[in-house]
Amino acid sequence: MGEAKIPESQVTDEALFVNRREVLRLGAVAALGAALAGCPAADEADASAEVGAARPPELTDVRPAADAYRVDAPVTDYQDATRYNNFYEFGSDKTDPAENAHTLRPSPWSVLIDGEVAKPGRVPLEDILATAALEERIYRLRCVEAWSMVVPWVGIPLATVLARYAPTSKARYVAFETLVDPEQMPGQRQNVIDWPYREGLRLDEAMHPLAFLAVGMYGRVLPNQNGAPIRLVVPWKYGFKSIKSIVRIHLTTTQPRTSWNDLQPSEYGFYANVNPEVDHPRWSQARERPLGGFRKQPTLPFNGYANEVASLYAGLDLTRNF
Amino acid sequence: MRGRENARRVQGLAIALAFLPAAVLALRFATQGVGADPIKELTHTTGEWAIRFVFLSLAISPLRRFFGWSFLAPLRRTFGLAGFAYAVAHMLTWSLLDLELEPAAIAEDLTERPYVMAGMASFVILSALAATSTRSAMKRLGRRWITLHRLVYAAAALALVHHFWLIKADYRPALLHAAILAVLFGARVAWRLRKPAPGLA
Repeated sequence: MGEAKIPESQVTDEALFVNRREVLRLGAVAALGAALAGCPAADEADASAEVGAARPPELTDVRPAADAYRVDAPVTDYQDATRYNNFYEFGSDKTDPAENAHTLRPSPWSVLIDGEVAKPGRVPLEDILATAALEERIYRLRCVEAWSMVVPWVGIPLATVLARYAPTSKARYVAFETLVDPEQMPGQRQNVIDWPYREGLRLDEAMHPLAFLAVGMYGRVLPNQNGAPIRLVVPWKYGFKSIKSIVRIHLTTTQPRTSWNDLQPSEYGFYANVNPEVDHPRWSQARERPLGGFRKQPTLPFNGYANEVASLYAGLDLTRNF
Repeated sequence: MRGRENARRVQGLAIALAFLPAAVLALRFATQGVGADPIKELTHTTGEWAIRFVFLSLAISPLRRFFGWSFLAPLRRTFGLAGFAYAVAHMLTWSLLDLELEPAAIAEDLTERPYVMAGMASFVILSALAATSTRSAMKRLGRRWITLHRLVYAAAALALVHHFWLIKADYRPALLHAAILAVLFGARVAWRLRKPAPGLA
């Protein structure tokens, strides 16, 4: 579908880019780097927090969420957002990741950017982050299991990063992979999923301004169980599309494999756009349970982002392309 | 006399055990808050304990026979009713909290979702067994009571199917339940096969 070109408006001006890079070297990235180095100061800083719940350090120089990127709904409690996770690399129970993810070493970290790009390479996380200033995005997240959250993410637009490594004219899709290391990710000792966890987007979806690479949440460095040090956030798609702990971004000409689609193609499509009209074969997607209470609420088309993204799918049968 | 006292003590323990999972969850909700996804928590806890207590009920006869612990006999009913009680709580969570008693949603679940149908079939059987769990019902039904109550294996199997159909990827916990049911059913079959042999009471 579509021509999947990078809109001119989204390609970061080179001068601006260089400038940002300088600014960031001195600012947020330095803070993030220090934080990611696993500094013990984190515990001290949060001595007042609950036992066993030391929070990651705060990020500085984060641009507050612009109105366009701020959901009008109560933000999910930090405890719920960081203790109720699907991250099978650390176990298949919702509480497993928070318990087991301490073995992940998010620093140093690099991401292999390859395939249909003019500037491929293994890129240190700091260099990726130097592409743009850190900003906050308060997004809804709707899990395919019918629960939902509202999370203030911190990160940079995916489009900016992709533009930096210059997709070729042949690039049509972006494939993402999570780290494979059973030592750091004990859940990978079981073949519940054919590791690595894989996800993918059409290039025009990836270039959409809502698509986001998060390195933090709630103003803090991303906790391991939420996908440290860098994860995808695609708010109009079911949560499993928002792949965690990314080590590879691969530009391709054909639609890439994706893990849940591999596992059960009749239930999890490549698109996985949030759609209350199209039920999961086994359960209804019409409503959702916002984390933290007994209140249920209706699920919105494209998770409430229809105005922004519905045009990406014009002419596509969303019942068949679920 | 001693045996009867033992039986009463064991019965008391069994009833306490039946209330324990509910008490633990209630205490946790009261002291630590309801957590991230309380509807799911209630649904899973009540469903899992319904299965576990039905399993415990099924384990009584084999234990009684193999170890000669006749004082355990009343627990078959106690644990069976405990399983049913958790199944009722499971149904209430589903209908009241999850579907908010919306008729269309309930009808959709019952007609379009095989896992709900399997669970409902299991619940209907358990209800029939609970309704005929009294001494008078036993007398009234005579031999048919035994036939009817053999359906508990069907109820357990349907509950496991219900569980299996809900799993996204990790089948290990459900496989454990299936293995337990296979052992319990196997114990029953083994007993049936050995029964004609003399001197094995």
